Amino acid sequence: MSNLDVGAATEWIKKSADVLNVEKKRLTELDAAIGDSDHGENMARGFNAVTAKIGAAAPADMAALFKTVGMTLITTVGGASGPLYGTFFLEIGKKTAGKAELDTLAWADALDAGIAGIVMRGKAELNDKTMLDALLPAAKALRDNAAKPLAEAADASAASAEAGMAATIPLVARKGRASYLGERSAGHQDPGATSASLLLRAFADTVK
Amino acid sequence: MKKLINKVEDILSEVLDGMAAAHGDLIRVNKEPAYVVRADAPVKGKVAIVSGGGSGHEPMHGGFVGKGMLDGACPGAIFTSPTPDQMYEAAKAVDGGAGVLFIVKNYTGDVMNFEMAADLAKEDGITVKSVVIDDDVAVQDSTWTAGRRGVATTVLAEKIVGAAAEDGKSLDELADLCARVNANGRTMGMALTSCTVPANGKPSFDLPEDEMEIGIGIHGEPGRRREKLKSADEIVEELMTPVIEDLPFKAGDQVLLFVNGMGATPLIELYIVYRKAAEFAEKHGLKVVRHFIGSYITSLDMAGTSITLLKLDDEMLKYWDAPVLTPALRSKI
Repeated sequence: MSNLDVGAATEWIKKSADVLNVEKKRLTELDAAIGDSDHGENMARGFNAVTAKIGAAAPADMAALFKTVGMTLITTVGGASGPLYGTFFLEIGKKTAGKAELDTLAWADALDAGIAGIVMRGKAELNDKTMLDALLPAAKALRDNAAKPLAEAADASAASAEAGMAATIPLVARKGRASYLGERSAGHQDPGATSASLLLRAFADTVK
Repeated sequence: MKKLINKVEDILSEVLDGMAAAHGDLIRVNKEPAYVVRADAPVKGKVAIVSGGGSGHEPMHGGFVGKGMLDGACPGAIFTSPTPDQMYEAAKAVDGGAGVLFIVKNYTGDVMNFEMAADLAKEDGITVKSVVIDDDVAVQDSTWTAGRRGVATTVLAEKIVGAAAEDGKSLDELADLCARVNANGRTMGMALTSCTVPANGKPSFDLPEDEMEIGIGIHGEPGRRREKLKSADEIVEELMTPVIEDLPFKAGDQVLLFVNGMGATPLIELYIVYRKAAEFAEKHGLKVVRHFIGSYITSLDMAGTSITLLKLDDEMLKYWDAPVLTPALRSKI
């Protein structure tokens, strides 16, 4: 596939829901080690609500789709992940307004806008052991591959997210509930960086 | 996992049904979105007090809705912050025209969701102020973390500020009072066992039979350090020392001493803890003028305790003593 349209974007969201349902136990186990044992359940619940909503009435365009995803996550996920992922999709939605298709550059712009929303809401930085540790390298990889077709760039982006996710293991958390553990948060992979990687891998699988 | 539940996914809904069935004279329950408000809400001309947080801490917060305490409470999923639509709808349901005060525990998710709710309510013309409670001395390095957690002082703040609202105080006065309670309250907790989140099905952390966790929060998250189990008296000293040093409390201070159970610790043990905690406080010259003992802010089925000292001024004392009528806390009304 060359570009992302509303059909492919919808496919991405549904694929994400499937992946989160498969991986929810693992996400919750990662969260149990350094958080509060609910990340997998919360993400699966949120994305199941999203697929129910977009299954009932197919969104007219990408902006409407991403707005529905964002609002639904905000009202169904809870915790910090709800507002953060919710804001992420709302900002992506704003960036895609009026666009029928996204090429690599346009997707990079949208992803940047989504990440800026997360930074605004959560005030975290790179290496704080959060979802940003997957998202920021993913956005950079997308920029580095901006001239390439979306499939290729998205694959590189997902791979960077996965590398960023793995790189959270030795980090000491400085944001979120894991930060209360201090040094003891080191040695565990961050659940938020993990769910973010799953979403971006689902994206790459959708557009390949 | 052995629990008195039907289906994991029905827990929240059935808890609310139970509360509605039992306390229909005191509270009203809304399911979509989930919130609890006092039966006579909105009270015209009175500032409304709204709190909320993840479920699993019962009786906090829903059990504290009623005359003299909270106007509304928003329960999230277990150990998960409620969502902005809940606080927004609850604020609309309780606003009596004098504004709404959000009492928020300092967790990343809670703070973010309450912020989004406050933005929505303000767009509707409702005046909202928020006070964040962060009384947990176990979090030492607050520069590099999300800050100190909000724990047991929250219950004291809800009681005192709720009574002051009933007495006709303004939104600004109540926000100041709430901030003052937070500034003068300190808590430290410990766990003898972990707790089991129903959706997870197994204990959140492993804690061997002869060990304890010092500095836990209220979400089954492990604490600052793990130690060999000690006697109740030694544990109390270990909890009280950082609490007293942190404020710092000094000789002659009037304090409220709150010994809280984490959910699975019987009252018989809490009184043993209280006995030593009161003795320890008096030894440091503190005057324990009020006490509060019981499981009021819990962590599901965790065994353990938290000890809170609140340095009282005359206004706090007056409103602590004021009447209250809620499902979980009631006094002369």
